[in-house]
Amino acid sequence: MMEGLPFAAMGHNTAMVLAGTTALGIAAGTVGCFMVLRRRALVSDALSHATLPGIVIAFLVGLALGVEGRSLPLLLLGAAISGALAVAAIQAITRWTRLPEDAAIGAVLSCFFGIGVVLLSVVQALPAANAAGLKGFIFGQTAAMRSGEAATLAVLALAALAGVALFFKELRLLAFDEGFARAAGWPTGRFDLGLMALVTLVTVAGLQTVGLVLIIALLITPAAAARFWTDRLGIMLLVAGLIGGLSGGIGALLSARFQNLPAGAIIVLVAACFFMASLFFAPARGLLARTLRRARLRASLGAAR
Amino acid sequence: MAMLQRLRTRNFIPPADAGVSPLCVTGLSVAYHRQLALRDVSWAAPTGGLVAVVGPNGAGKSTFLKAVLGLVPALAGTVEVYGRPLAQQRGLIGYVPQRESVDWDFPVNALDVVTMGRYGMIGWGRRITGAHKRAGMAALDRVGMADYARRQIGQLSGGQQQRVFLARALAQEARLYFMDEPLAGVDAATEQTILAVLRELEAEGRTVICVHHDLQTVAATFDHVLMLNRTLVAAGPVATTLTDANLRLAYGQRASGLSLLS
Repeated sequence: MMEGLPFAAMGHNTAMVLAGTTALGIAAGTVGCFMVLRRRALVSDALSHATLPGIVIAFLVGLALGVEGRSLPLLLLGAAISGALAVAAIQAITRWTRLPEDAAIGAVLSCFFGIGVVLLSVVQALPAANAAGLKGFIFGQTAAMRSGEAATLAVLALAALAGVALFFKELRLLAFDEGFARAAGWPTGRFDLGLMALVTLVTVAGLQTVGLVLIIALLITPAAAARFWTDRLGIMLLVAGLIGGLSGGIGALLSARFQNLPAGAIIVLVAACFFMASLFFAPARGLLARTLRRARLRASLGAAR
Repeated sequence: MAMLQRLRTRNFIPPADAGVSPLCVTGLSVAYHRQLALRDVSWAAPTGGLVAVVGPNGAGKSTFLKAVLGLVPALAGTVEVYGRPLAQQRGLIGYVPQRESVDWDFPVNALDVVTMGRYGMIGWGRRITGAHKRAGMAALDRVGMADYARRQIGQLSGGQQQRVFLARALAQEARLYFMDEPLAGVDAATEQTILAVLRELEAEGRTVICVHHDLQTVAATFDHVLMLNRTLVAAGPVATTLTDANLRLAYGQRASGLSLLS
């Protein structure tokens, strides 16, 4: 119905979805930079997968308490708790055993996700429970975003951006040289916790829209793409926020135009396009620029002979 | 923010004639998994001067430094800096980690890294002011790296990276420095620069404790030596401590016959 119409004539719901997903993309891109630079990208993947059992358990708790079938704050609280538990489990395993972090991540991620899938099928078999909406958390669904949810996403995004702006130099130091920070007496554990809190915030905010399987892409892809454009962290944060925001916005518009396409996957694919473009064409570290530079050097080598 | 500032104002330096050691380690033991990496090290650093921590590979030199700084958990032992627990005296400490401990492809330039040494003075959540950037530039200038301030750190040579790390420690304006192999694998020019800075620090009355791998250069550069081989072998002035007998104790028979003091 609203296909091809300019922004001014866009339906209220589409405008809300657009604003919400753009805000989410900006926040995810910015916060994700620190996860990429700390080499923690996969921890956020474990975090997002581990939200599933929390969502289902929260749904069951809500059912038992007689709360309306699908109370969003309750579900998101459950998601945040089980995600945080998974991160704590990963940290405990790497701290107290000799297992490398990637193995700990793999074990914890699959364990939590497996529990979630089992619980989900159990709940869906319950005759009384109207659990149809729960599956939306896995792959996301933007079509039904209400204005309140979009506003919540925008507030979460602003909070994440404010956190990054306020603690820019501390997060930079933590990501670059944690040992130095600890030797100087910085409470690195608390900053690490703060960073994980920001990531949890973005993940939980993105669950409904992008879904828990693909939210990792919105956290990591814009940051990875931005790294090709610059050698300055401040600029990298801006570029990642821009790419994240554009991916969220363009993805939402595309999925509004083609109603049968899943929004989360489209958003992530738009981000992937930005990544591919950056990988090849970014002037600072892109492959094309690198090849050209090498060819020019080789030519000058030949000329000098 | 308040917490870190409190830490700094609590830092305490007793008068020089009080005879309080800048670093007093008592009964320090560290275990890695099943093995003791360090057993029962007790040692007091001399006030002012360059101390080399030497010992064979796997002797626990780096572990000693990291355990003193609280970067690896100690099984037992206490660490006092100028007579007070380390936790209260963090602002008096400067640290040069091993160069391999960080990712040099990180998107920062040399000046960004050096100003990290000022963060303790700047406080949480506050901007880096011009005064701190100037202090960072001055530190870079001291190690001959002022011209590279805006270079991304990955574009620097290994020796230049080591000098950036040293400049960051200088920017900390510490009384007591810990350096983990600052001379490992650097070019001759960098080695001269670093040695000159070490002597300046000594002349300013600061104490520098360096993990050092090259026995041949210990006598020429350092005043004191701490010899480790999973426990304290010997410690004291180089001339009386770096003896053949002690070297044999620390390194085994291999070291006998090395006339290091000639």
